[in-house]
Amino acid sequence: MSEEIKKEIMLPKGEELVLSSSPHIHVTENIQSIMLKVVLAMLPALAAAIWFFGIPALLVIFWCVLFCLVLEIIWCRIAGKPASVVKDGSALVTGLLLAMNLPPVTAWWVCLLGALLAIWLGKQVFGGLGQNPFNPAAVARVGLLIALPRQLTYWIPSSGMTADAANYSEVFYAAADFTKIEQAGQVIDGITCATPLSIAQNTPKILDSGVAAADNFAAIANPESYWQYFIGNMGGSLGETSTLAILIGGIILLSFKLIRWQIPLFYLGTVAVFTGLIHLIWPGVTPPPLFHLLTGGLMLAAFFMATDMVTSPITGRGAAIFGIGLGVMTCVIRIWGGFPEGVSFSILLMNALVPLIERMAKLKPFGFRKPTPAKGA
Amino acid sequence: MNEQAINKDLKIVSFKGGVHPQKDGKILSKKASIQTAPLLERYQVIVSQNIGAPPKVVVSAGDEVKKGQLLAEAAGFVSVPLHSPTSGKVEGLVDIPGPMGVMTQAISILADGKDEWTELSVSIDWRNSDADTLKKRIMECGIVGMGGAAFPSHVKLSPPPDKKVDYMIINGAECEPYLTADHRVMLEEPEKVLEGAAILGRAAGVKNVVVAVEINKVDAINAMMEKAAQFNVGIVGMKVQYPQGAEKQLIYAVTRRKVPTGALPADVGCIVQNAGTAAAVAEAVNAGIPLIERVTTITGEPVVNPGNWRLRLGTPISEALKLCGGVKCEPGKLILGGPMMGFAQRSTGVSVMKNTSGILLLDKSDVTQYESSPCIRCGRCLEACPMNLQPSALSQLAEAGQYENALKYNVMDCIECGACAFACPAHRPLVQHIRRLKAEIRNRTKKEIKK
Ligand code: SF4
Ligand code: SF4
Repeated sequence: MSEEIKKEIMLPKGEELVLSSSPHIHVTENIQSIMLKVVLAMLPALAAAIWFFGIPALLVIFWCVLFCLVLEIIWCRIAGKPASVVKDGSALVTGLLLAMNLPPVTAWWVCLLGALLAIWLGKQVFGGLGQNPFNPAAVARVGLLIALPRQLTYWIPSSGMTADAANYSEVFYAAADFTKIEQAGQVIDGITCATPLSIAQNTPKILDSGVAAADNFAAIANPESYWQYFIGNMGGSLGETSTLAILIGGIILLSFKLIRWQIPLFYLGTVAVFTGLIHLIWPGVTPPPLFHLLTGGLMLAAFFMATDMVTSPITGRGAAIFGIGLGVMTCVIRIWGGFPEGVSFSILLMNALVPLIERMAKLKPFGFRKPTPAKGA
Repeated sequence: MNEQAINKDLKIVSFKGGVHPQKDGKILSKKASIQTAPLLERYQVIVSQNIGAPPKVVVSAGDEVKKGQLLAEAAGFVSVPLHSPTSGKVEGLVDIPGPMGVMTQAISILADGKDEWTELSVSIDWRNSDADTLKKRIMECGIVGMGGAAFPSHVKLSPPPDKKVDYMIINGAECEPYLTADHRVMLEEPEKVLEGAAILGRAAGVKNVVVAVEINKVDAINAMMEKAAQFNVGIVGMKVQYPQGAEKQLIYAVTRRKVPTGALPADVGCIVQNAGTAAAVAEAVNAGIPLIERVTTITGEPVVNPGNWRLRLGTPISEALKLCGGVKCEPGKLILGGPMMGFAQRSTGVSVMKNTSGILLLDKSDVTQYESSPCIRCGRCLEACPMNLQPSALSQLAEAGQYENALKYNVMDCIECGACAFACPAHRPLVQHIRRLKAEIRNRTKKEIKK
């Protein structure tokens, strides 16, 4: 009887046991789940884009994602990497981020060019995800801005959902041909080709501090316009206009610890302080800080672009230095530079400095003490 | 069923960093009372069980031994003796699979079934005895750190005279997932642990004695709090966070003192001993019983009846598993110790040692071999590291073979807790890379010294 029971007891067979060193358990989180959470955080801004700019915006998103995924697969085939790396979701994130950086009406071939710049030049030539020093979406935005300045600064008014359907289809079909977009644009009522930042740049600067100087930016920097900027009702790139939507996404990113909080904090803080000082001294030179925070690509950059894990410093102190550097550069370009907007340039420049920053901002180990000269010897 | 509430007076502390495994597996065995294993026919006691010099075997084939009789004597200061787990005949020295994957020497003892004690040393009235007597007894009874390191306890109790020690911390964190042995000992034998703690305090000549326990063991905390005053021992609660029980982290949590790089706990006036060790000390001092058995958690999803068992030294793992009804399915991994720092085994022929805190089997689905991918610089490993190192950088330096640079990133401060590798979403073998760096650097310095 007891013999029988003993026989029933099953013991592990040695051959099948895996030998490996500790730890023997791991988190369930992986790169794919991280990327999908980033996509989740992007959804509010993408939804806002479609709300304000309509079907054309949706089309741009579609093209960008499609081209990024296809180019990633093609590269993997050529480079002999398993095509399954597409599953890590990073090409999807890059595609969405690229779309957010393009004007709401962008021709498919511009999207294709952007995807090429982002996926191949921005990422794969360096060896793929994790090896790229520059933010792929910023590479694409800057590359396109230099190559196709007209297409990249073609803004439509943010009345997409309410615009009438006929005009839509004009834009829709015209999107293949830039000159036709311009013609179609004429059809849409009240089209402006300006963003608040480009208006600010084109406003003649007043260096003295009289009443005229104080009123210099009153047309674009007043409480009513701030509200419109905040919800995203202004011209600009597809995903950058709605501060509200980006902040919701930012909270998602922060709560999942997908970005280092120091970057948005120090980036936005530096811009606020810097433009605040300039505005205080020469109110006719630049609009108040709130204007700067709410317009252009700053919010998008502070939460979604500069914070890219791969291309930002890994330590908290490094991230803070990075954020401050970004803030200073963005302000300099905005106030004195030749372009109305400077976030993408700033990101690329600071990306290049990351190795240096990391060497400066190494962590001190727990219980660190300054090496004392060896006794005796 | 109802969990006990945490006492309001309990102070709750923690270190910085670390990880908290969602699935900690303790539920499998934390409700299981300690059971004593029946006598086996044969024990194979591994000779080299402690850090430091292995003891010198003093018995030979054919000798009759009694339970608790000396099998091997200490070989130097950093060494402890080894005693027989039962009475019977010494069959001789045999080679059995060792815990580190290589064959190791063991003393094989054929039990005579009588389980007769040898003549034990007399009880010591520890409240009125001097430190040296206590330390001597602790050494003679073969007591080592039972949490994992197996460092001889009497050595820790004898810091260099220039170090002023004022804190004795009893480590009841048991921060390794799955393990519940210390938990059950503190819950079922609170007096033994507390008395052992007080004895250890007296042996080290310190007044501040605290038992530090993670607050997922509320029942054990409450059981000890009831009796703590009697022994003049304090109880501190700790946040559930791995590696709360690592020496430097534990000291920081309890005293806010930071053990400097390259220094020992005694440099900040602290000595740490494990809770199971404290219980063994109480038995050694009060009854002269040497360390010949310990409580071990036998657990894991594949185990039929996970539980906590009092096992004698030299019990083969296969026999221990039989006590729990064996396995339900073919497991993927067999681990001695916990899942974070334990050692994977290939054979069930390894036998229980003084530091075998757990015998853990992991399900096949839990040991899928992950493909590791390039670092995405998410920073999870930095946040997890209790030593505030940069594991991502170290791992890349290991891949590039840059040993000099690794020193600049303080690789030698790594305590090999594995928190970084646990947390990495790219499943990079971070601590494995770091171990390689450390080993290589040690080899090189050795070579240089030889030159
Ligand atoms: S956790 Fe892994 S992927 Fe993240 S920074 Fe560390 S090594 Fe890189
Ligand atoms: S680097 Fe070392 S100390 Fe830090 S988490 Fe990894 S194993 Fe632990």
